[in-house]
Amino acid sequence: MSDTSLRLVWVYPDLLSTYGDQGNVLVVERRAQQRHIPVTRIDVRSDQPIPTSGDIYLIGGGEDRPQRLAAERLRRDGGLNRAVGNGAIVFSVCAGYQILGTEFINDLGHPEPGLGILDVRSVRNEGARHVGDIMGDIDERLGLPPLTGFENHQGNTVIGPGARPFARLRFGSGNGTGDGTEGAWCDTVFGTYAHGPVMARNPQIADMLLKLALDVHALPPVDEQWYEALRAERIAAATEASA
Amino acid sequence: MAGNTEPLSPRAKLAVTAGKAAAAVSRAAGRGSGSVIGGRVALKLDPELLGRLAGHLDVVLVSATNGKTTTTRLIAEALRAAGPVVSNALGANMPAGITSALAGGSDARYGVIEVDEKYLAGVARDVSPKAIALLNLSRDQLDRAGETRMLAEKWREGLAGTEAIVIANADDPLVAWAASSCPTVVWVAAGQEWKDDAWSCPSCGGVLQRHTEDWFCGECGFRRPQPTWALSGDYVIAPDGVAWPIQLQLPGRANKANAATSAAVAAVFGVAPKIALERMYAVQAVAGRYDVVSYLGRDLRLLLAKNPAGWLETFSLIDGPPAPVLLSVNARSADGTDTSWLWDVDYPRLAGHPIFVIGDRKLDLAVRLEVAGLQFRVCADVDEAVRSAPPGKIEVIANYTAFQDLRRAVGN
Ligand SMILES: [Zn+2]
Repeated sequence: MSDTSLRLVWVYPDLLSTYGDQGNVLVVERRAQQRHIPVTRIDVRSDQPIPTSGDIYLIGGGEDRPQRLAAERLRRDGGLNRAVGNGAIVFSVCAGYQILGTEFINDLGHPEPGLGILDVRSVRNEGARHVGDIMGDIDERLGLPPLTGFENHQGNTVIGPGARPFARLRFGSGNGTGDGTEGAWCDTVFGTYAHGPVMARNPQIADMLLKLALDVHALPPVDEQWYEALRAERIAAATEASA
Repeated sequence: MAGNTEPLSPRAKLAVTAGKAAAAVSRAAGRGSGSVIGGRVALKLDPELLGRLAGHLDVVLVSATNGKTTTTRLIAEALRAAGPVVSNALGANMPAGITSALAGGSDARYGVIEVDEKYLAGVARDVSPKAIALLNLSRDQLDRAGETRMLAEKWREGLAGTEAIVIANADDPLVAWAASSCPTVVWVAAGQEWKDDAWSCPSCGGVLQRHTEDWFCGECGFRRPQPTWALSGDYVIAPDGVAWPIQLQLPGRANKANAATSAAVAAVFGVAPKIALERMYAVQAVAGRYDVVSYLGRDLRLLLAKNPAGWLETFSLIDGPPAPVLLSVNARSADGTDTSWLWDVDYPRLAGHPIFVIGDRKLDLAVRLEVAGLQFRVCADVDEAVRSAPPGKIEVIANYTAFQDLRRAVGN
């Protein structure tokens, strides 16, 4: 964290903000403010350089062509890789998650190099699109309650030896590889297919990022009433739908 | 082709009759107006029916993400100055619903047809329209409709070389790109508040630069076309420079934009702006939208908003604080089952309004409003919300099936 305030960087809203994932930015910002943690939100458009001094970088989902454009511009810019080299925290969703990996299939059907900051590789799923509520258990090392989200993607993502699954699903496709894994993480870099947005349904993920950034083990409590009510409803709905 | 009275073939006649019978059965069974079911039966019997039913009509097709039902109504009113009109006024805008509407139009001269965005290219091929009005494109039902830019691309490919006169919004880069493959385009500066689906150039992917109303791509040179019609405040400026006042009973900037586009369409059909705009004033409510209803002794204004662009336009037309606002959101299949779009809606604009929340997905909305730092109350149903609201007309904003539920609940 910089001297005065926590720097929250929203990467390429012009390309990767199609599925409401800017909600993740809003939730992190709100939960920081509720704890009186000074926070500065920095939106970086794809014709601007990525600052390397951010504390938390958030990347959302997007359509296939914008995903390729974003990967090209992020590779050329190099700022996100440098930030991760400095220990920055990155949380990515869907198209953004694929971009962090070593490779994905672009809108033209060709393999596109990713940023290589998360050891995953994505291909295009040849079957039906994965759409619907998902629910599962987040990697126990992270100490988080069950994951609820909404997936909407056509990707299959294989996790390499340098990363771990973010969650194991009870319902839903997740990484689409048939092994029940969802998302991936390593150190301070995270990826998921869950929209919803995922922080609105799992505010403890936002708190985890804040704790990592502030290097603290606990944060003051905030009012969880509506988050908890929504989580209970969505987990019950997913359970019912899969029964 | 108006006035062409070539009779329908026996097969087409049979199809129309069978369709009407199916619609009657559907109505009798209490399954709504029956228009879609009737059309589906008829199309199955004669797949070329749509083209044949439109054969004697001068047709205008209207498509967009938002405002197509209202604009269809405005254009229909305007064209009635020139002759009888058939229209799918109830918003049944896929081929079956359109077929059913046209089947009732054997005496009409003009067809004013709302078309779902995904079906526009196909319907345009089938009915050989004289004009096509394209209003806007933005994110909508992402779990199903697919990508917004892909829709623009479908329009662009499907309408390339069309003989129709295309009336298109120069202020929406996606629409401008889709229409620029058409030989004859009348550009209208109709404005668009929502900009978040067009920050990258639809043509090359470069970042679009915007300066006041102008926009251009610094990389490939694609830029805002020069409009010949323009919405300017409460006026529509015609190509000859004359400013005509827009007087509507319908509220909001978006409806003024719809009226400006409708005036440009009417001109293609030989109806002068003065006459067209005067006739548009008659439109009060469109399928319940904008209706003010009395319920439990209170006035409720019913507003439909289905996606972030629609909510943005709706926020700009409601009464200011302290007018109470009732919000209802569902996520059934007709709405799209993903509620993530709520986070692209600028809810902080409701600060200062007493807010009441209902609908299937009231908890998603509650978290959204909580994170926006707003005060709100979650209610079990519309009755509880109306009874809890402080005095004054209640602005009711709902998405698609939530809007239908509300109309039923308040007896509209
Ligand atoms: Zn360009």
